[in-house]
Amino acid sequence: MAEIVASLSEERIAYLEGLVSQARTAAAIFTQYTQEDVDRIVKPMVLAGLEQAQYLARLAIEETRLGVVEDKALKNMVATEFVYNYVKDKRTVGTIREFPERGVVEVAEPIGVIFSLTPITNPTSTVLFKCIMAIKTRNAVIFSPHPSAGHCCYEAVRIMYEAAVKHGAPEGVFTCLESHSLQDNAYLMRHKDVGLIDATGGPGMVKAAYSSGKPALGVGPGNTPVYLEKTADLNMAVVDIITSKTFDNGTICASEQTVVIDDEIYDSVLQKFSDLGAHICNEKETELLGRTVIDPKTGYMQPMAVGQKATDIARMVGLSVKPNTKLLIAPIQGVGQGYPLSVEKLFPVLAVYRAKSVNEALTVCVDVNHAGGIGHTASIFSRNDQIIQKFSELMNAGRIIVNSPGSIGALGGVYNDMVPTFSFGCGTGGGNSTTDNVNVYNYLNIKRVARRTQAHMWFRVPNQIYFNMNAVENLRQFASRSTVIITNPAMEQIGHVDTVRRHIPPETLVHVSVIPDAEPEVKVVMQGVEALNFYKADQIIALGGGSVIDAAKIMKLKYESPEADLEELAAPFLDLRKRVVQYPTEKVTQARLIAISTTSGTGSEVTPFAVLLDKEHGRKVTLADYSLSPDVAIVDPQFVMSMPKGLTADTGVDCLTHALEAGVSIFASPYTDSNAMQAIRMVFKFLPIAYEHPQDEEARTMMHNAACIAAIAFSNASVGVNHALAHAFGARFGVAHGRANALMLPHVIAFNAGVPTKFMPSPNQRGYIAHKKYAMVADLLGLGGKTIEEKVKSLVAATERLLDRLAIPRSIAELGISKEEFERAMPELVKIAFDDPSWRSNPRMPLLSELAELFWSAYRGRSLPTVAKASQPQTAEEWSCV
Amino acid sequence: MTRNGEWLEIDGERVVQGLQAAREALDSAHSDVVLDFSAVHRIDPNALRAMEELAGLADGKAVKVVLRGVNVDIYKVLKLVKLTSRFSFLA
Repeated sequence: MAEIVASLSEERIAYLEGLVSQARTAAAIFTQYTQEDVDRIVKPMVLAGLEQAQYLARLAIEETRLGVVEDKALKNMVATEFVYNYVKDKRTVGTIREFPERGVVEVAEPIGVIFSLTPITNPTSTVLFKCIMAIKTRNAVIFSPHPSAGHCCYEAVRIMYEAAVKHGAPEGVFTCLESHSLQDNAYLMRHKDVGLIDATGGPGMVKAAYSSGKPALGVGPGNTPVYLEKTADLNMAVVDIITSKTFDNGTICASEQTVVIDDEIYDSVLQKFSDLGAHICNEKETELLGRTVIDPKTGYMQPMAVGQKATDIARMVGLSVKPNTKLLIAPIQGVGQGYPLSVEKLFPVLAVYRAKSVNEALTVCVDVNHAGGIGHTASIFSRNDQIIQKFSELMNAGRIIVNSPGSIGALGGVYNDMVPTFSFGCGTGGGNSTTDNVNVYNYLNIKRVARRTQAHMWFRVPNQIYFNMNAVENLRQFASRSTVIITNPAMEQIGHVDTVRRHIPPETLVHVSVIPDAEPEVKVVMQGVEALNFYKADQIIALGGGSVIDAAKIMKLKYESPEADLEELAAPFLDLRKRVVQYPTEKVTQARLIAISTTSGTGSEVTPFAVLLDKEHGRKVTLADYSLSPDVAIVDPQFVMSMPKGLTADTGVDCLTHALEAGVSIFASPYTDSNAMQAIRMVFKFLPIAYEHPQDEEARTMMHNAACIAAIAFSNASVGVNHALAHAFGARFGVAHGRANALMLPHVIAFNAGVPTKFMPSPNQRGYIAHKKYAMVADLLGLGGKTIEEKVKSLVAATERLLDRLAIPRSIAELGISKEEFERAMPELVKIAFDDPSWRSNPRMPLLSELAELFWSAYRGRSLPTVAKASQPQTAEEWSCV
Repeated sequence: MTRNGEWLEIDGERVVQGLQAAREALDSAHSDVVLDFSAVHRIDPNALRAMEELAGLADGKAVKVVLRGVNVDIYKVLKLVKLTSRFSFLA
């Protein structure tokens, strides 16, 4: 910038600063205008432009000596009438578009001051177009016309300005540099108060715009290839190409440059061109033409030829042509170096190429496209949709014009429904930021106002759940040809397998597959699948605890969809609905899965989860998908009456943990809350009884139901950090899952009830509510306490009392794990816990240090930790925020 | 426009004249001049120029010009032309 400033006189800088200041003021004032104010100004501007279309065309021709007055007048009319027709109903002030279903609104923000460069080839039409766009979008423009088109542009700006200000536009909204230098342009391009450069012109100017460091719409040269394919309507194609290429003597940069013609139609096409007034050059004429109209040093067209008539160009070259010749056609044999006429020619000279095949034709079109025309325009005449599609894929062009004139087609609104423009975005290939037909939206900063949306949630449970004593009798209603019972050795020994068999319809062939009583391995699962295949099972009954039911879920998956890749299906995900890996929906066979739980904890009979032991890699893999959920759950307490005390305690606390974690989960909903709260109530009441009086049928029944109800809650709301800690700790020290959960539970309640160091993003919740939900639990249990803090403390205390009553060790230390050993394990424990997906639904995001602190709290043992202070009182509204 | 000591109410239809009066008020002001813009819905380039001049004049006389009741659309105009730092604003 310093160099530019040094090259300008003080007076000149003051002049340029004055222009910017005036424009900046106008743009600032303009921000107060409404859509109606703006639209009131635009219409009279358009009418003024239309009225002066011919006058401006004549001025342009007189000054530039390029083009055809009739065509320039037409362009001025398109730039006003057609552009107006497009913009008149468009909203460009305030809210411009609304997407109510997405909660998104787009609001317009003007750019401010636009510095606009206009070309020699389309001077007045470009000015008219840009003035209308600027007013419609409440921007101010400083115009810098091509030096050889300064007067006509100044007049165009004046006409637009007077019409605009007369109808209320702010003074100074348009200014035009009267005479200027490249330094002026460079100064303005870099001016801090210029928001956008809109440069339509030659490659040098466009490059300068992009080099300024300012946001720019730089629209430069093209080199339009045309594929004239043998199925095309040849009469239409030839007329369209002549119309386009001779329009304003070929000055529109989208006009046709090289026509690639299929061999079969080549001669007849050239004959038609000739019949309609084109001169077909012979080899010598083509060579002469190329040498004259293209600069051999630069490879670009000679300025003297731009916008000239075909006869004048012929005269320049020394060709003898008929007086009414419209177009000079030059056959070429290649593209690029050695074929000068294969570049852009903004005058009525058209290169043609004979292609022996579609492949060759498309290849040559690619070459032309890449010889200076990337991103701009390409054109095809064909009735073959496949070839049109292929052409569209191959051409790097913002506009691909089909069966119509390239130049007028690209302008939009005449031969097609593209946006009318006088500025063609050429995408990144052309060094542009857009491939658009530049329009009002390119003159706006579009702001997106995104309202908070509530994610759709779900509540899914198995189709049928049969519960209470002797619910197993319901097996009778499930007709089956071949049933395989998946179970473990203990179930056989106790006689539970026989009980089940008794209730299966007698016509069913029943087979029993006994698997080890441990988390299932891939090997075990595949053995089970073999059995299912061997017996051609149409029904699977899983009889056992979580491990057996999980195994059966995975067996069913692999049986129905043998191609299912368990490793892939276990891929991590954040949102079930947006997960990358989808579970198979196509099934080679189908079997009904009936789950009969024999413990009161995991609730696997209703959950969509299954844990698989990956022995090879020494890890557990969790599969999660609602397609894994059993079709039928039987929750019959007769199968848990003989559960040992320790197992009753551990599984019972697992159930409580499920319910508490689902209750405070960020995915909790009124649907899951009702289940979670009911399960908590049942556990606090019946777990101690079931533990102390194992034969109490009511307590066993209620605990068995509670496990299922809690599982329904966490199947839909998921669990939390307690499970992440327990998974890591349990696996490392070989502690049963329920017991590991129990050791963490009071500490996690206190942790979640505290003010989070980091909040978990949870669009479905308004505010942090975990502590309030714990207080709600305390109320439900009648634990007492006036404030939320007191209620949470009472819940922690009640949980500790429950754990004490169940003889759950008070600390990890009590398990005989030394402090040193625990300390050594800590880094790995924290790492594994953090990698565990369970905490992703926890209300409080745990930091690594907080995970460590939670482990240490559990190590030290139960106490009454500090909980959060909360505002009082609780209101019904606060509860409704889930 | 009505004048009340160094408190001036600007007429929304005659903003430039109001600002002219404010310039005169600066001469007799000792500390602050409060311009009440409550009735001004919109400003035009002339008004903006007048405000810029007023700000310059106030700077020279070490008098603070306080604008009261400026609507947010006008405030944004002043922000865009970097004039907000030269005035004080009163809700």
